[in-house]
Amino acid sequence: MSIKFGVVVFPGSNCDDDAVYVLSKKLNQKVVKLWHKQSDLENCTHIILPGGFSYGDYLRSGAIARFSPIMNAVIDHAQKGGFVLGICNGFQILCEAQLVPGVLLHNTNRKFICKNVYITPSNYSTAITQHLPKNKKAFKIPIAHGEGNYYIDNDGLKKLQDNDQIIFQYCDENGLISESSNPNGSLLNIAGVCNKEKNVFGMMPHPERAADEELRNTDGLYVFQSIIESALVNAF
Amino acid sequence: MQNAIQKIKNPLTDKNIAKQLGLLEEEFDRIVDILGRIPNFTELSMFAAMWSEHCSYKNSLYWLKQLPKEGKHLLAKAGEENAGLVDIGDNLACAFKIESHNHPSAIEPYQGAATGVGGINRDIFTMGARPIAQMNSLRFGNIADKKTQWLIKGVVKGIGDYGNAFGVPTVGGEVFFDESFSTNPLVNAMSVGIVDKNKTVKAIAEGEGNPVFIVGSSTGKDGIHGAAFASKDITQNSVDDLPAVQVGDPFQEKLLLEATLEVIETGAVVGMQDMGAAGITCSTSEMSAKGNHGMIIWLDKVPLRQVDMQPFEILLSESQERMLVVVKKGREEEIKKVFEKWDLNCVQIGVVTKEPVLRYYFYDELVAEIPSDALVVGGGAPVYIREYKEAEYYAKNKSLDQFKVPDIKDTDEFEKVAQHLLAHPNIASKHWVYEQYDSMVRINNMSTNYPSDASIVNIHNTSKALAISVDCNSRYVYADPEIGTAIAVSEAARNIVCSGGIPVAITNCLNFGNPYNPEVYWQFVGAIKGMSAACKKFDTPVTGGNVSFYNQSESGPVFPTPTIGMLGILEDKKLQTSLAFQQIGDSIVLVGKVVDDIAASEYLYSYRNVKHFPAPYFNLDEEYNLHQVIKELIRNSIIKSAHDISDGGLFTTLCESAFPNKLGFEVNKPVDIRTDAFYFGEAQGRVVVSVNKDKLEALKQICQKLNIPYLILGKVIEKSIIIDEKEYGNIDKWLHIYNSTFNKYLD
Repeated sequence: MSIKFGVVVFPGSNCDDDAVYVLSKKLNQKVVKLWHKQSDLENCTHIILPGGFSYGDYLRSGAIARFSPIMNAVIDHAQKGGFVLGICNGFQILCEAQLVPGVLLHNTNRKFICKNVYITPSNYSTAITQHLPKNKKAFKIPIAHGEGNYYIDNDGLKKLQDNDQIIFQYCDENGLISESSNPNGSLLNIAGVCNKEKNVFGMMPHPERAADEELRNTDGLYVFQSIIESALVNAF
Repeated sequence: MQNAIQKIKNPLTDKNIAKQLGLLEEEFDRIVDILGRIPNFTELSMFAAMWSEHCSYKNSLYWLKQLPKEGKHLLAKAGEENAGLVDIGDNLACAFKIESHNHPSAIEPYQGAATGVGGINRDIFTMGARPIAQMNSLRFGNIADKKTQWLIKGVVKGIGDYGNAFGVPTVGGEVFFDESFSTNPLVNAMSVGIVDKNKTVKAIAEGEGNPVFIVGSSTGKDGIHGAAFASKDITQNSVDDLPAVQVGDPFQEKLLLEATLEVIETGAVVGMQDMGAAGITCSTSEMSAKGNHGMIIWLDKVPLRQVDMQPFEILLSESQERMLVVVKKGREEEIKKVFEKWDLNCVQIGVVTKEPVLRYYFYDELVAEIPSDALVVGGGAPVYIREYKEAEYYAKNKSLDQFKVPDIKDTDEFEKVAQHLLAHPNIASKHWVYEQYDSMVRINNMSTNYPSDASIVNIHNTSKALAISVDCNSRYVYADPEIGTAIAVSEAARNIVCSGGIPVAITNCLNFGNPYNPEVYWQFVGAIKGMSAACKKFDTPVTGGNVSFYNQSESGPVFPTPTIGMLGILEDKKLQTSLAFQQIGDSIVLVGKVVDDIAASEYLYSYRNVKHFPAPYFNLDEEYNLHQVIKELIRNSIIKSAHDISDGGLFTTLCESAFPNKLGFEVNKPVDIRTDAFYFGEAQGRVVVSVNKDKLEALKQICQKLNIPYLILGKVIEKSIIIDEKEYGNIDKWLHIYNSTFNKYLD
């Protein structure tokens, strides 16, 4: 399978350039920007909904973006099993569009938080986690959000756990999941989840912000490399 | 929205009305002279806004002109464009500027700070540059005070909400507390952008017949007379000026940014200026005056947010996220198409005329007619030379006998002072503040994982990085305006040099009290002199900035605060040097003079409670030589870290170098110096470096060559802090003290 990334640009997206930069310059991938008013995905195999403040995040984060014309195409792509990753605001949009389960509430301290945190993969069975190095328990990847406090009801949580849909959890630098390593109050330290079919992923931390040796942190590259390797392996 | 005004209110005016609008009697006479007739209300309102201190710099211009402004890298003269423009090689230019939003923030901290961020970023992208980094410099009263806490929370959230959504990282800044800022906080915001050298846009209107467009947000009644509000003291009645505070919408600003940069790519733009203070009045007059042209403006065409707006309100509205764009005739459709894509207003409201006169119509009625240059700086705007006299407190400051202050008596007191300083809000970690700012969007912040004295911003696809620093110790400037300001410039330069960069140019934000007070004006003049001397020495010309007077309340003026925003360059980003100790066993060396000096230190001020003191030890030539030593040490890969000694003195510097990698240190004091001066004094011109033992000889040679003294203090050790053979506990304990202050007061 030939991979082609498409980074959706909503009005107010502000991490679109970053995702494009990392995918093209650091990972040598084919990547295009997809304008929110278009309804064609230009044959992209991998769709990324980037971070930012789509439509100013007015009403509620991600609430308006999900009605954008491009979202019909993204939903269609997802339902056909196509790969979709929402990062930060992209995750919020995926929740609003119900492409992944759960909701993202205000951080418990009611403040925007931007800092490095550590996350640990909760399984190695999805495209985004299966090729992560198994000996590395904690990945240093920054967060930057005001609404990243993941919540889902008990039934939903049980389904997530039964289906291995939790992909990342906040942890300390040694990979230990604890309350003190939870930056935003999210349930079970959840930092990212996927849908039942495991082709749509949402995560609050920004792997594209930890993917450049010039910034002295490349832990985020592993996440993208896992996605790329999974696609290549599945092609055979 | 259709404007439903039937009756235009535009009577002729007199001196009383002029006075109410903040103009002096003599200024009214000058206006009558210029126009050759009595101005109507609309015209007088425009003069009042443009000739306000905020827009006209009438009480500062004479002195601002004396600042050094020449430099080989400068692409625009100070004050000529919306921001300074510096050639940084690789066909790139850097646009940067700092600006105040003090008065709005004093009464509405959230919107005041937010729109400050919006305004400074527009200054950058109106020149065609994409903002890549933001900084800010904040001053508040006592952190234990409830109102101050309300101000801090509002300002920080305002900066965060606006800057975060706008999508430009806030990479650094400073926060300083002193009672003098209780009523009148200072909020200075800086933005830095990058542009292809050949694609910059000027704020100019020329070419007869070229259409004039207003783009971006609709115009409302917010911010009317904002410039006038910024030009008076803060009083009990200031809350009545609440409508003068603008309301920001970062989402619109983000769209405006993208649309503006896209529109410039079409090549159809003649000139462009953002709308800040005095809105349409300012942009139309400044652009016309610069091009020596005029404009006809149809005010009824301006998209409005509310009905019933009078012509003077449309002209003075400071509604945010708007731009005035002059377009090449015949290429209107290209412009409209771009703004349509971004769902923004783009409406032709006028046309450029050859005759240098501004004519404003409202439904075919001429409501104002003013010569283009009558309103602007360098044209009709007045320039005053104010009297000044040495402040009374200054003699007291100079008379301090430091040696009458008792020294620290034993290790118990040492520990007490150390804890007091590390926990002091002026020194303690500001993570409570900066974690609310997105510091990493645009993936160019090289300081996140490798902290350094200046903020290092990567320029993608080149070998270069920018080094940026904002600095001003208001207490030093209060102690001695001239020396204090020279120190502010020096510290900014020192921070850039310690990070591996070379200082290039500065922007300034001059925050002072009421200029009609001769003692305040004396502070201002001293600051200009000190800044000039230091900028000449470091070859960092002044590219522009902003003056904010009237920062005073019933309880007096604020500490004088000439904030320096300095731009530096790392020609090779690999030269980036951290402030953090890197390895156990490395030697810790103090480069610079050991001075028996506690003047103006935080220790003297808040621990010893001494309120009159001279500026700390400072020598401009020694400072310059020190920078050359540090540059050499970095270029030759001799040192592993460099951190300058500033607020809190040597002890604070050592801790800050130890914290990032959770290392410890063991150091010793020479016998012939006071304990307080050595560990807590703030004498300038000193840097703490760490170096592998094998490189000590090389360090020694470079210091000797440039005649700068050095002192081996001790070494980097595991975890603990050992000073003069006494152990003061684990680094984690000290880090906890350093990290807890802001949460304690603000959560």
